[in-house]
Amino acid sequence: MKKQVAIELKGISKRFGSVLANQNVDLTVYRGEILAILGENGSGKTTLMNMISGIYHPDEGEIYINGKLATIESPRDAFSYKIGMIHQHFKLVDIFTAAENIILGMKDGQKYDLAKAEEAVQEITSKYGFEMNPQKKIYDMAVSEKQTVEILKVLYRGADILILDEPTAVLTPQEIEKLFAVLRAMREDGKSIIIITHKLNEVMEISDRVAVLRKGEHIGTVQTSKTTEQKLTEMMVGKKITLNIDRTQVKNPVDRLFIKNLNYTNQENVKVLNDISFTARSGEILGIAGVAGSGQKELLEAIAGLQPLDSGEIIFNRPKKNLPVSFYHKTYRQVVELAAEGKFHYEDGTPVDFTGMKKKEICKLVNEGKILFNEDDVMNLRDKTPLQIRELGVRLSFVPEDRLGMGLVGNMDLIDNMMLRSYRKGNSILVDRKKPENLAEKIVSGLEVVTPDLHTPVRRLSGGNVQKVLVGREISSAPKVLMAAYPVRGLDINSSYLIYNLLNKQKEEGTAVIFVGEDLDVLLGLCDRILVICGGKVSGIVDARTATKEEIGLLMTKKDAGTKQEGDANE
Amino acid sequence: MNKEQQFAATPEKKQHVQWIHITKRDNISFQKGLLIRAIAILAALVVCAIITVVFTGSNPISVYGTMFKGAFGKGRFLVTIHNLSILLCISLAVTPAFRMRFWNIGAEGQALIGGLATAIVMFNLHSKAPLWVLIPLMLISALVAGAIWGVIPAIFKAFWKTNETLFTLMMNYVAIQLVEYFLKIADKNGSNSVGPYLLGDGIPNLFGVQYLFNILVVVVLTGLLYVYLKYSKHGYEISVVGESENTARYVGINVKKVIIRTMILSGLLCGLTGFLIVGGASHAISSNSVGGQGFTAIMVSWLGKFNPLYMILTALLIVFMGRGADEISTIFGLTKSFSDIITGIILFFIIGCEFFIRYQIHFNHRKKMTEEKEEA
Repeated sequence: MKKQVAIELKGISKRFGSVLANQNVDLTVYRGEILAILGENGSGKTTLMNMISGIYHPDEGEIYINGKLATIESPRDAFSYKIGMIHQHFKLVDIFTAAENIILGMKDGQKYDLAKAEEAVQEITSKYGFEMNPQKKIYDMAVSEKQTVEILKVLYRGADILILDEPTAVLTPQEIEKLFAVLRAMREDGKSIIIITHKLNEVMEISDRVAVLRKGEHIGTVQTSKTTEQKLTEMMVGKKITLNIDRTQVKNPVDRLFIKNLNYTNQENVKVLNDISFTARSGEILGIAGVAGSGQKELLEAIAGLQPLDSGEIIFNRPKKNLPVSFYHKTYRQVVELAAEGKFHYEDGTPVDFTGMKKKEICKLVNEGKILFNEDDVMNLRDKTPLQIRELGVRLSFVPEDRLGMGLVGNMDLIDNMMLRSYRKGNSILVDRKKPENLAEKIVSGLEVVTPDLHTPVRRLSGGNVQKVLVGREISSAPKVLMAAYPVRGLDINSSYLIYNLLNKQKEEGTAVIFVGEDLDVLLGLCDRILVICGGKVSGIVDARTATKEEIGLLMTKKDAGTKQEGDANE
Repeated sequence: MNKEQQFAATPEKKQHVQWIHITKRDNISFQKGLLIRAIAILAALVVCAIITVVFTGSNPISVYGTMFKGAFGKGRFLVTIHNLSILLCISLAVTPAFRMRFWNIGAEGQALIGGLATAIVMFNLHSKAPLWVLIPLMLISALVAGAIWGVIPAIFKAFWKTNETLFTLMMNYVAIQLVEYFLKIADKNGSNSVGPYLLGDGIPNLFGVQYLFNILVVVVLTGLLYVYLKYSKHGYEISVVGESENTARYVGINVKKVIIRTMILSGLLCGLTGFLIVGGASHAISSNSVGGQGFTAIMVSWLGKFNPLYMILTALLIVFMGRGADEISTIFGLTKSFSDIITGIILFFIIGCEFFIRYQIHFNHRKKMTEEKEEA
């Protein structure tokens, strides 16, 4: 088979400040093939593709399209070379229909004719086997449909070279199958498809050739049929690593957190959380699987005290503990009254009796911490603010999905970010930066955070290092419950494994870990049980040691997959 | 198929070269930043010189000399320092709000209402109460009035998410009208300002030096506010709320409380400025007592990167230019507009150079690149 060259990159380099995103990359893309660009995060995959699609301009090097030198300065230029990119974040107008979005911004010198455009869209959909109603509004669409609109948009503009940036990240396994079928149909039609991904199994399944990038450099391009996942991994990370996550057996699980019938309806009157109940146990990792936007974010934020609820209870079961009575929480009179009720005891367990004692003596005993009480064993965290939860002494840590927008402050340095949780300590009106500095030092050396110094704003760090800082801070308080939302999203393999190990260590120390993930292989390899939610509802809880990917995939789409399709047909 | 042709046709035309290429700087060294700023000021002076020669025929060097003398010459220095301290005081006042990303553009009104409160106390009590009663009363009423003017938009913002920019701006006009109303009551002749004749002498000179009281207050305030913003828990909370409200909620900071508390502080300090202007300097009030410094303060604070110590320099620069430009119009017999032109040009260059500090520009990018390649 004679192969025609579609794009040829020669010596492409791109710098961002002092960071070298791409270095001297040579790459060839043929007609009628699917080329996978594989690399860890930060290896320069997206930057390279952005230079082909006109978002960035290379600092050095040349791009040849169909053998001719090309200058691509804008996405419009890229379109004129028949290159179209489907970005990870969709750029669609919500209140427009699919067809309206597709012809938006087209300047082909012809009259605006929606009916004709719809016809043309229909033609493309049937040609490649898409499922799409051109008259459907974007806001009515599922993520996979929006992606279809984006693909149709570039096809309608006549693109011959399609670049897809991590197209499978937001799809269920079933939807991925459909997408791949479409991509194959396009390949048969002679189009060149470049797919950016870091999921090895997908690379093996869909691509003809794989180009591997590492630290901005093109390591090599290989025929997919002549390689293995293991070999590709080695190319990607440079050294041999195992793909297995160590999973220890659960030891002495105690029910730590009871979630009972949580309901939450948002402003658009959508039931985001629908009667969610489950129990998280100590010493166990509970995975939460689901298509993005099924209510995972709201669920975790509700537990963390950030999301008001319509109804339901969040019961925290505290390990039993003797605590000293203090005047910080109680007045002298309350102390005497509670002692009379027999609520207090001494260290050896004998009940406290204040009768006949002077106020001074009682105060002395209390201040010395001799008087103890048993803390309430269970408490309801619902409608408590994060501050109240901490004041109750519940050590609940939360690694939110939005690291720089919620978990950390991007413009502050490492030390100030360490203080976020602890700056209130002490009575001084000034902050103490000494302890946070020590903590920052400990995290930087312990988790191998790559940073010029402790005074660097965290937004300057790479994604993996940002996450290490955040997770490091959250586990530094020895939490009883640790929630992590997509903690390895956007992280390279080495950083991901570091995070898995940290979570595993927390599990061994008896923390109840809740892990919201998107990669089913990871969920199955790391967690002990997996809770699957779909459309805000629990669609099943499975044992991660025995469950299969297909099983979870089905549960992820269980609730409305059928009903939604029917609704479309009726329209 | 029409489409196909169109797409095939365009690449032929598009064989252009990229001439200018702009990249974001990662980090700029302190010296380089200073150099760029120095070049900007130099360039501004050159442009001003050309304009001066073309439009007035005067010697630009002597114009600049006059400018400098106007600000720092004999008998001018103290007034310049006092102007600086007042501008700095009101700039300090808006800074906590700005660090919280609360765009308080109502400093003018907050200071004016503080000045009005001072004036009302002076008007009613200057002949009846001793100084040690009068001055604290003036101060307290000014602080309270400023704080009230500041906290109203903050409450609306915190609870109903109103736009603070519009709200604080509107409050300025309310303050102006209240001052006008007071003038009508205080002075039956209908004058547009009420002076020492009706208000009394206010704060006496310290050690016989005019304005010394005001200057000392602002020096102390600058230090205190620097510590407050940088080292206090409140200051830390302000920064967190300003950078990301979500993070603030996540760590349990009560965002509403911080907004209200910070605007009380901001209003309080604006009220203090009003007290210093009316009680410590002019001993007079009119609707123009603050004289637009509430708006200039926004620029001082921004240019000083919300850092009280840098703001001393930016305030000095602006006061120097204002005083100097006034002097040239007087000495060379030019209209006031000419000094405004000079000030405008200098500010344009100073603000404009921030672009070059943040971005790097490469010229004739493609050509240079290929040349380098050929060499190699």
